[in-house]
Amino acid sequence: MMDFLTSRAFKGRVFVLLMVGLIVLPFFLRPFGLLLVAMWMVHAVAALGLNLTLGYAGQISMAQGAFVGIGAYCTGLMTLAGVPYPIAFLCSGALCFAIGWILGYPALRVQHHYLAFVTLAFSTLVFLVMRNEEWLTNGIYGLTDIPRPILFGWNTGKAQDFYFFTLLMTSMLAFCVWWIIRSPWGRAFIALRENPVRALSLGVDTRRYTLMAFAMGSSIGGFAGALYAPLVQFFEPNSFSLTLSLKLLLMVIVGGSGTFFGPFIGAATEVLLPEWLRIAQGYYLIIYAMLVMVLMMFCPTGIIGLGERIISHLRQKKISSERSAQAQAMGQDKVAQTKSDTQGGAGQ
Amino acid sequence: MAAFIQLFVSGLATGAIYALVAVGFMLLWQTSQTINFAQGEFVMIPAFFVLWAIKILGVGFWPAVGIAVIASLLILGLLFKRAIVDPMLKHGVLPLVISTIALSIFLKEAVKDFYSSQAQPFQAMIPSEDLNLFGAVISSQSIFILLIASGAVLGLNKLLNGTRLGRAMQATAQNPSVARILGIPVERMIMYTFLINALLVALASLMISPIYLAKFTNGDTLGLAAFIAAIVGGFNQVRGAIVGGLILGVIENLAAAYISAQYRGAIPLILLIVVILWRPQGLMGRAEERTV
Repeated sequence: MMDFLTSRAFKGRVFVLLMVGLIVLPFFLRPFGLLLVAMWMVHAVAALGLNLTLGYAGQISMAQGAFVGIGAYCTGLMTLAGVPYPIAFLCSGALCFAIGWILGYPALRVQHHYLAFVTLAFSTLVFLVMRNEEWLTNGIYGLTDIPRPILFGWNTGKAQDFYFFTLLMTSMLAFCVWWIIRSPWGRAFIALRENPVRALSLGVDTRRYTLMAFAMGSSIGGFAGALYAPLVQFFEPNSFSLTLSLKLLLMVIVGGSGTFFGPFIGAATEVLLPEWLRIAQGYYLIIYAMLVMVLMMFCPTGIIGLGERIISHLRQKKISSERSAQAQAMGQDKVAQTKSDTQGGAGQ
Repeated sequence: MAAFIQLFVSGLATGAIYALVAVGFMLLWQTSQTINFAQGEFVMIPAFFVLWAIKILGVGFWPAVGIAVIASLLILGLLFKRAIVDPMLKHGVLPLVISTIALSIFLKEAVKDFYSSQAQPFQAMIPSEDLNLFGAVISSQSIFILLIASGAVLGLNKLLNGTRLGRAMQATAQNPSVARILGIPVERMIMYTFLINALLVALASLMISPIYLAKFTNGDTLGLAAFIAAIVGGFNQVRGAIVGGLILGVIENLAAAYISAQYRGAIPLILLIVVILWRPQGLMGRAEERTV
């Protein structure tokens, strides 16, 4: 049973169940609920990107929120100007890829807390540009009435249609990330995280992979922004302030950094849980902050790590109980054997 | 010229407050590898201790200040170290960073929900008057802040360099294992730095709250300013943090007046990025060796 819980078949089954659940969900939820679940998916995509940079490649970034913002503004401005959505979507990713690549350069020079502050400064700078450059971003009034795409005659204007569209795009992006993690790229990222000097001496081009880790993670953030823009249809610079970057960082760590499903769980604690815990109302953030502190204290590997720890604990319990049962059985066998031996001896 | 002097002096005053906060921030980093993302909130909170004491205990301003300083020492010094930093140290830097980010959310929300989300007027420690110096109008507040901050810095310097206790604290920061072998009670030294930090943020809070008004979001800008000051000046030197804080305060003020009020906040960030890329150890700092 416990082996089953961590087995591939079990993970596969959970995944299938989740997908089926997400597909039938719209038939039971009101538009607001749909918006919320779609919001969860968008945040999860952004966190997936950050997880690639932070969780796998070990490069701390406090700028993921800024990339979501850049992606959202890029898509918003382009679709408002009449550019077809797919082109705007790809441009958002490409733009964030390029900016993320440039942001990776400081990471070649400095590490850890310095890198955290460079990315933090970058995040605040992007926010200031969004707020102040009114000719481009419309300043504090933000962008309004962003159209939802019409793809191959499928109009995603209604809440339910757009939900399915978000689900489709999220699945595709998640698949891409899953593929990257399993590819040699992913292994190079992990090598970079575990021991950069060793990775370098083993022939991993750490310079290129550091830049790549930033660029890829950022472009996924950009794609999340490209989904966010038509989802909410209205946004302003405050949506992408430093708070969003910090929130995304918390999501990755709380879910479990360096695990594929961690960002999904982390995003759920930030986006879905507050709605279900409506009783707590204004106190939700206080409770959440306390839970994060307690979680970090006892299990810095996040919720996934906590789950794994519980499962391994249960398994160990089971193994030890099995072993004692076995020992007992063996003991009985021995008794039986000696009995039969003596009987046999008596018979001879 | 008069306007320049005015901007310069008020910039120095803000910078002196940044410097106090940055020094505390840096002490924590040096002795216990704590990057305190709640440092800005630590400056925001003591002002509310004062307001709470006045409102609930009904005491006057000065007794309330005394209560706030004691509360800061106990909560932001002792409790912070015992309840949050100590259990996390073994997990490394990142979980502690996340934990202090959570703490900053917690402190902000606690003030918002249990006190007020509105900016609160806060009494200055001395009456505000305008002094006329060489044609420039300078607020007595600025002079007062500069005096108090210099006093605090000189006192701290005297403590760190002029006393046995201070040298023991420096030894702890530089090499805890050797310090322990030499018989220095390392744990107690680390606790002292947390208490010094609590004292510095309380002082900063009392001086800055009359200017900015006491508000739950004050910590955002103050925390960022402290990080920038600490990094620009040099992460491993007390005087670095002081120089960084003063430079930051002056540049911010002058940039707002002469370059762009909208991008007032951007200039320190650009300064930060340039310094990190060009001289990661900071203007005054020593280079740290890279470890494998």
